[in-house]
Amino acid sequence: MKICVFLRHLRSNIKIMEKFKTITSTFVPLPIENVDTDQIIPARFLKATTKDGFGNNLFADWRYDKAGNPITDFVLNNPTYSGEVLVAGKNFGSGSSREHAAWAVAGYGFKVVVSSFFADIFKGNALNNGVLPVVVSESFLADLFAEVNADPKTTVTVDLENQTITDNKSGKKETFQINAYKKNCLLNGYDDIDFLLSNKDKIEAWEKNN
Amino acid sequence: MGKTLFDKIWDAHVVTAVEDGPTQLYIDRHFCHEVTSPQAFDGLRKRGLKVFRPEKTTLSPDHNIPTLNQEKPIADPVSKFQVDTLTKNAQDFGLTLYGLGHEKNGIIHVIGPENGLTQPGMTIVCGDSHTSTHGAFGAIAFGIGTSEVEMVLASQCILQPRPKTMRINFEGKLQNAVTAKDLALYMIAELTTGGATGYFVEYAGEAIRNLSMEERMTLCNLSIEMGARGGMIAPDQVTFDYVKGREFAPKGEAWEKALAYWKTLKSDNDAIFDREITFDASAIQPMITYGTNPGMGMAINGTIPTLDAIDEASRISFQNAMKYMGFSAGEKIEGKQIDYVFLGSCTNGRIEDFRQFAAAVKGKMKADNVTAWLVPGSWMVEKQIKAEGIDKILVEAGFELRQPGCSACLAMNEDKVPAGKYAVSTSNRNFEGRQGPGARTLLASPLVAAAAAVTGKITDPRNI
Repeated sequence: MKICVFLRHLRSNIKIMEKFKTITSTFVPLPIENVDTDQIIPARFLKATTKDGFGNNLFADWRYDKAGNPITDFVLNNPTYSGEVLVAGKNFGSGSSREHAAWAVAGYGFKVVVSSFFADIFKGNALNNGVLPVVVSESFLADLFAEVNADPKTTVTVDLENQTITDNKSGKKETFQINAYKKNCLLNGYDDIDFLLSNKDKIEAWEKNN
Repeated sequence: MGKTLFDKIWDAHVVTAVEDGPTQLYIDRHFCHEVTSPQAFDGLRKRGLKVFRPEKTTLSPDHNIPTLNQEKPIADPVSKFQVDTLTKNAQDFGLTLYGLGHEKNGIIHVIGPENGLTQPGMTIVCGDSHTSTHGAFGAIAFGIGTSEVEMVLASQCILQPRPKTMRINFEGKLQNAVTAKDLALYMIAELTTGGATGYFVEYAGEAIRNLSMEERMTLCNLSIEMGARGGMIAPDQVTFDYVKGREFAPKGEAWEKALAYWKTLKSDNDAIFDREITFDASAIQPMITYGTNPGMGMAINGTIPTLDAIDEASRISFQNAMKYMGFSAGEKIEGKQIDYVFLGSCTNGRIEDFRQFAAAVKGKMKADNVTAWLVPGSWMVEKQIKAEGIDKILVEAGFELRQPGCSACLAMNEDKVPAGKYAVSTSNRNFEGRQGPGARTLLASPLVAAAAAVTGKITDPRNI
C-alpha cells in the first residue's frame, strides 16, 4: 500500500501522541552498554494498571538508594546534565518486552534516545509512544560522550523529517533509518489501531481463506 | 529459490503490507497475563472497541502472584488489584481465563503447550519476551509490547517489520550432564546478548533433533536473550507425538489434515538464510553465568575473562558487572558458596526439569546454607510431580514445593533474593536486581542448580 493511500486511511485517526517536531537539546549521557529494561524500570514497579507515573522510577535502582534518597553520582541526579535526549551505550533496551520501559523514558521527559544499537522490542515500544530511537555510528556516539564530558551544554539536533542528527559541537551530521510508515505516524501523532481496523475487509478475507 | 521455515509461516499469515513499512500479520494465538495487558484493555474501552476474535486469546495470571497460600486472597493490595483486573477484563470482554485456583493456571508459556493451544505453523504473540518458547513447535512466536497487545485484541493482527533470518546448527551429540540450558547459555555467550538482534532464528542439526519437546522449549525460550525476536525448530515426530491428544489439539480428520500441513513445515534444501552459524554440540560443558547479562556465561569450571580480553568500549559495563556480582576478572567461581537455589520459570519449570533435579538430589540432603525455592511452572506440572512421586524424593532430601507462578524469576511477588546474596537460578535473566534489589543471579541448568543445592557451593554436576 502506498503512503498516500495509507494517510487517507488515517483521516479519522484518533490522535493519541504528540506530533514529533525537530528537537535541539542538550543531552543526558549514559555510557553503559546493554542497559536492559529491568534497569530502565525494575519489575516491582510493574504492578500499576495505568501508564502514568513511571518516569519517577526511571532507572530506579541506579537513581535511588535503599532509603529512597537520590544517589548523587548517577547522571539523572546530576544537575549538570539535562535535556530531552538520552544518549546511551550500545544495545539499549535489551531483555523484557515491558512497554513500561518506554512509558518510563517518555514519562521522564525524553523524546529521543540515541545509541549505536537498540534491542528490537524496546525500539518498537518507544516508537509506539512517541519516543524516537536514533541509531548512530559507534564513532558518532563516542564523540558525543567525549564532548558532553568536556562541555555539558553540548547540544544535538534531531530532525525526523530529514532523518538527520547533528552534533552541534563538531557540526557532524548523520542520517538515520526509520520506515516511512512509522515516520508518518510520529510526525502526525498517529497510532496503529485505526490503520489495522481500516483493513477489516482484508482481515476477514484472510480468515475466509485459512 | 527455496523458502525457510520462517518464510513459509510468515508468508501464510500476511494480510497486507505497507510499502516501505511493516507487514500486517494475522495472529493465530494470543496469550495474556496480568502485568502487560491492563493498559491495552483500557485502550479498547477508550476507543469503544470489543475484542475482535475472543476465542483466539487465552489469559492466565502468572507474574504477580504468590507461590504460597494462593487459596487465600492476595495479601499485597496492589498485586491483588492487578490480578483482579485481569479477571474483570476476561469477564468484560468474554475471554477464557485460567485464573488463580484453576487446574490449568500456570506460567503462560508452560500452559500453552501443555494444553495443545500451541501448535506448529501458528503465529503466536504475548506481551512477554519469552513467548519465543512456543517456537519449539515450529511456530512464529514472539514477545510484544502493550500497544501491540491492544492491536491484537482489536484486530487479531499486528504490524511488524519482517526480520532477517538466521540458522544456528548444532552438530554432534551433547555430553553427559549437558542440557538444553547449557546449549543455550553457550550459544548466548558466543553470540553476546545483542548478537541475534534483528533476526528470527531457526535451530537445526543433530543435537537439536535429539532434544525432547521440553528441551526444545528451553532453547527457544532463551532466543530473546541474544536479542533474537524468536527461535524456532522444524516440527517432526517428536513434536507431533507431544501435541497429539492434548485438549486443544486437532482431533480425527482435522488432525490428519493438520499433520499433512505440518509435515511441509521445514526449510527447503536451497533456502538461503541471512546468516548461518554452526556449533559443535559435543564441545559444550555445563555452563554458568558470572555477570549481569545472559551473555556473560562460561563453562562451570572456567575462569572469568581478564580485563584485557574485553573491548575498550565494554570495559565500564564489565567492571560494573564484576562489582555488582562481587567477582574479579580472571577468577574461577567453581567452589564459591551460594545462598539460594531457584528451580522454575518458563525456561526450566516443566516436568523434565523436576525429574532431573530430583534424580540429582535423590538420597542426598539440601545444604544447610541454602534456601531453595522449587516452583512448578503450572498446576499440571505440579500434579505430574505428585503422580510420579517426585515430591517425596524432594521432601526426603530436605526440599519443599511451592505453588506455580513466575516467582523468583522476576521477583514481582515476595520471592525476592536479598541484596548481596548469590542465587543459582534456572531462570532466564541475571540482570542487576532481577531477582530482588541487589540480588546476585547465576544462571544455570536444573542439574547445576541441584548440585549447588546439595553442596551449598557452585559445583560441577558431574562431580556429585
